[in-house]
Amino acid sequence: MIFLDHLINGLSLGSIYAIIALGYTMVYGIAKMLNFAHGDVIMVGAYVAFCGLQYWGLSPVLAILVAMVACTILGITIEGLAYRPLRQAASLAVLITAIGVSYLLQNIALMIWGANPKSFPTTFINGTSIRLGQLSISSATIITILANVVIMVGLTLFTTKTKMGKAMRCVSEDRGAAELMGINVNRTISLTFAIGSALAAIAGILLCSSYPILQPTTGSMPGIKAFTAAVFGGIGSIPGAMLGGILLGVIEIFGKAYISTELGDAIVFAVLIIVLLVKPAGLLGKPMREKV
Amino acid sequence: MTKAKRKRLIYNLVTFGLVIVAFIILENMISAKAISRSLKGQLVPICAWIIMAVSLNLVIGFSGELSLGHAGFMSIGAYTGAVVSGWLLAAFDMQDPLLRLVLAILAGGIFAGIFGVLIGIPVLRLRGDYLAIVTLAFGEIIRNLVNVLYIGTADGKLHFAFLNKDKLPAGVSMLVDGAKGAVKIKPISTFEVGFVLILITLIIVLNLVNSRSGRAIQATRDNRIAAESMGVSVTKYKMMAFVTAAVLAGMAGALYGLNSSTVVPTQFTFNQSINVLVFVVLGGLGNVLGSIISATFLTVLPEVLREFADYRMLVYAVVLILVMIFTNNPTTRAFAHRLVAPVKKLVRKDRGETAGGGDVK
Repeated sequence: MIFLDHLINGLSLGSIYAIIALGYTMVYGIAKMLNFAHGDVIMVGAYVAFCGLQYWGLSPVLAILVAMVACTILGITIEGLAYRPLRQAASLAVLITAIGVSYLLQNIALMIWGANPKSFPTTFINGTSIRLGQLSISSATIITILANVVIMVGLTLFTTKTKMGKAMRCVSEDRGAAELMGINVNRTISLTFAIGSALAAIAGILLCSSYPILQPTTGSMPGIKAFTAAVFGGIGSIPGAMLGGILLGVIEIFGKAYISTELGDAIVFAVLIIVLLVKPAGLLGKPMREKV
Repeated sequence: MTKAKRKRLIYNLVTFGLVIVAFIILENMISAKAISRSLKGQLVPICAWIIMAVSLNLVIGFSGELSLGHAGFMSIGAYTGAVVSGWLLAAFDMQDPLLRLVLAILAGGIFAGIFGVLIGIPVLRLRGDYLAIVTLAFGEIIRNLVNVLYIGTADGKLHFAFLNKDKLPAGVSMLVDGAKGAVKIKPISTFEVGFVLILITLIIVLNLVNSRSGRAIQATRDNRIAAESMGVSVTKYKMMAFVTAAVLAGMAGALYGLNSSTVVPTQFTFNQSINVLVFVVLGGLGNVLGSIISATFLTVLPEVLREFADYRMLVYAVVLILVMIFTNNPTTRAFAHRLVAPVKKLVRKDRGETAGGGDVK
């Protein structure tokens, strides 16, 4: 029973990581950059939803939508102002810029909402729990896992069936060739950031529904873990991000439960290192071939 | 002497000269009491961050591998330094602070170097972003492990315990106390030692970079396959750069740790590694002098901005983004070139007149 309990908690945490990791992996796949500010977009999304619920009196569904729209706009703005001028620059320069954006978002949040942790209000997401025999599953867990499945299926359909999704895959495969085929690369990259940021908003709300403490640094540790998850599964691969996220969540919860609470993070990172040593491109990543 | 050699010599002389001149000026300011208290407190940390930046530049700028766990080595150095210093005092009653500091710094460097070898063996098999994420992971693991480490000293012996503090024998005096970090450190770091350590770092790094091994390191950065086919052992030279950087970071850590009365694990998070990375990138990859200047400037900047208190990190972030865009965007670069071009032209004309000819391309 306890084992099942941990497994379900792990799946739930892993689903959150997976949704965040999707943002990392899509942006990496298409723009070949590590968007370190992604974790902070999550935080902004959670804060906007918090304001919607607490101050503006919105219904939960509306608050989620507002947060998604806000994050989408934020994502496109960041991409347009900070990353687009550096499209041709060295990847390290873009990385540092992303770190700058991350600091900027954290400090703006600090100015607007203050350093005191806010407790995220109870909504339909985390209000109730279901009993299955001896097992008690909170609604947040179920909704998180369901949301993950829906997003996964939706994103797979989007990238394989729609024209825009196919354009995204083209750009990630060969930007130059895609441009020659008449694909608007800049718009496609913007779209990727928009989708990733909207998912970040959802992830932020789900994260704060399960762990209801909200402060300007809320996004950074889950951000790093999700980034690790994306690499774990093979960065650039959407199913890889899913698999990596879920495995990472399960490993973290089991590690904390059965080995040591304090060493949970160390166990996660140790597993990552071992996996990368055996499969240097991640679980589902395609090995890079070097051309001479 | 060839032109390239002369250029390098001038660059090295300027680097050493600037550091020494800055040191002399600061020493005079200290003895004349013309230096603010907060700046004086910053001197040793600045030395430590300079060493961190220069050593990370060796890994990123010269061997071309992005390492995101450099603060991990610093924390190993800081903890080792604190333990060694406390142990020497307790077990051998070594009162001389300078000797203790030097031994602590050496121990910090050696310990960090050992970890550098252990981490380097698996890490350097990977490439690019994967290497970056694994160094990040190692940095986090080190921080996590230090968080549950307990070291105490009793009767001249060191006692270690992991996870469980109660395993230590009763009556030990704690040196490292888990999440509370290294406690009861006697601050013994001095600006002078920091300065000497910077000089040692510069001698090591500049000599390494300009040696045969250094050229091999840079060759593996520029083209791994070509270097390999020329018989350069990529792993060996990447390892050389990585471990040298780890040793230097460990020494910087010991210097930094022994500057205050406690060292806590949260001082050496991922963010700290990122800060050092920012020093290196802003100073210019492969530019040692640039690393020194940017580390100094960016350590002092938040202090200077203290008046703006709440806004200082905001300003820092904006400055960071703007500088990166300005120095890397083609349009702004062209703009900067246009601004500089007339000056350059003037200088060239000037030189042409005095030297009679000059080299026109």
